[in-house]
Amino acid sequence: MRKASTPPQTDGGWRAALTRRLEHGDLIWRFALSLAAIATVALIIWIAWSIWVDSAPSRQAFGLKFISPWAKQSWNPVLDKFNAWPAIYGSLVTAFLALLIAVPFSLAIAIFLSELAPPRLRGVLNYMVEMLAAVPSVVYGLWGIYVFLPLVVVPLGNLLAATLGKVPALAIFFRGPIPASGLSRLGAALILVIMITPTITAVSRDVLLAIPRSQREASLALGATQWETVWKVLIPYGLSGILGAVILGLGRAIGETMAVTMVIGNTTGGGYSILRPGYTMASIIANEFAEAVSDMHASALIEIGVVLFAITLLLNAFARWLVWRVNRRTVGR
Amino acid sequence: MNRSGLFAQIDLRRVYRRRKIVNTVMLSLTGLATLLAVIPLVWITVYVLIKGGASINLDFFIHLPRPMGTPGGGVLQAIEGSFVMVVLASLFSIPPALLAAFYLAHSPNTPLANALRFSTDLLSGVPSIVIGLFGYAIIVVYQKHYSALAGGVVLAIIMLPVVLRSAEEMLKLVPKELREGALALGSPEWRAAISVLLPAAAEGIVTGIMLAIARATGETAPLLFTALGNDNYEIGNIIRQGIHYHQSLGQIIGNIVSQPTDALPLTLWKYAQQPYPERVQQAWAVALVLMLFVLLLNIVARLWLASAKRHRR
Repeated sequence: MRKASTPPQTDGGWRAALTRRLEHGDLIWRFALSLAAIATVALIIWIAWSIWVDSAPSRQAFGLKFISPWAKQSWNPVLDKFNAWPAIYGSLVTAFLALLIAVPFSLAIAIFLSELAPPRLRGVLNYMVEMLAAVPSVVYGLWGIYVFLPLVVVPLGNLLAATLGKVPALAIFFRGPIPASGLSRLGAALILVIMITPTITAVSRDVLLAIPRSQREASLALGATQWETVWKVLIPYGLSGILGAVILGLGRAIGETMAVTMVIGNTTGGGYSILRPGYTMASIIANEFAEAVSDMHASALIEIGVVLFAITLLLNAFARWLVWRVNRRTVGR
Repeated sequence: MNRSGLFAQIDLRRVYRRRKIVNTVMLSLTGLATLLAVIPLVWITVYVLIKGGASINLDFFIHLPRPMGTPGGGVLQAIEGSFVMVVLASLFSIPPALLAAFYLAHSPNTPLANALRFSTDLLSGVPSIVIGLFGYAIIVVYQKHYSALAGGVVLAIIMLPVVLRSAEEMLKLVPKELREGALALGSPEWRAAISVLLPAAAEGIVTGIMLAIARATGETAPLLFTALGNDNYEIGNIIRQGIHYHQSLGQIIGNIVSQPTDALPLTLWKYAQQPYPERVQQAWAVALVLMLFVLLLNIVARLWLASAKRHRR
């Protein structure tokens, strides 16, 4: 009887004392949880630090001239002289061209999915959009080389060269001829359109769906047509979220590697024309890093990785912030 | 007065008609855009099915590649390599991702939790090729050779945010009362997490893991200079050799993970750009296998997740 009245904390030997000290394992548990959380945060810092350190030789040798469009030196592994502008230009032009086409498309699809499609159709289409995002990018690349380039890109490229290529002001961007294989910046941009449309669509659909019903009802009650409701009420309401979706898409387009590497032709030449082959930042790393001819070459490629990392990091942080702001506002009401 | 009123009315009617036309046209355009977006998916799927289906056979799954330019042979090395690296990646990524997700469930509003969420978002946006550079710097440079281990680590970094995010979402859906009930019964925090929260969220967490595995399996860029590729990678041979030389289990596993390794997407990439038609045909077959695997995982995961969510409500 005496034993039962004793509080359990006070009896037992060293084992019980240890258990108490560890709060029955919770101290270890909390330690493990915090450790995993800190490690995840540390990981991204480690990635940044690691590539920053490894790019030191190139940074010291070339400084800001490395990313300058006006630098005299070109990308020359034999002479160990490196200027990343052709790759940066390739990334920018393919990503922006892809956005130019993908954004209206994705917005239209998002509107259709959130406002018009009957529930059953919406379910199926949502699946399809997600599947489109899930297809591995090498598969896009393979399909691109053997189907998409010859059947779509080459005829389109020839058409552009024959029309816009003749306009004096635009000739620099549309100078033909497009290679017979179709390997070109245009091909890369069009493949990117297919690859980033699901991203932009999914995020802007969610933004539209998060807008309160009252907004739609108020607008329709005022006599606006459904399109006017979408265009003048919903889109302005969700604008920063949609902008976030677009920027996420841009981030994906700039970071996308394999499909682009397979269809862009991989050369540092090509001038400024979108009908010529080129490089993007991701594709030059993919194509040359494993066979880098010198330490400086590897270091220059890693520095391109740093630029790529910095750009996507900024874009993502900005996009998340925009989407987060919209969601917070919507929940607040 | 009357006249102008009449004119105004006609004008209004015209405006009204124009608005209706704009409405119909624009709404139909959104439908048309959706239709157009479905085309590439169908086109790719059908093409891969036809081309890949035509060149797939049993040899494809059970043989190593033949020398270039000779027909026949398979991609056993890539299947095994992909398997080894995805298993490694799962081992490296799932435990920390779950622990971090439990951290978020346990203390959702600390500065560390916010930092964690933000870094997870950023991590999922880092281009996979940059993660490859990182894997090269931290493993390949020290080991002085390419390996399945390095490939597994970079794939783990790609899986981590996917698993973490979905686990966090699913743990959030578990009613608070379950955890409180376990605690009230005197169970410590870790016991409540492992025996109550984890089973309650298991379906959702498993689907998140499946999606992450699907992504890792299709990922090529980070493997280019971590796993590199290896036409002669065959686990059976490595094990037989190990037994022949009386190696311990640890040594055999070491041999499996520490040599250059092939993977399905790597093989696809290499074969797609070769001038031999047999190789290109095999590339289509690899694409078929990859796509079926990834799409099936996705479909199963999403159906399962939908039903899990429905049960929860």
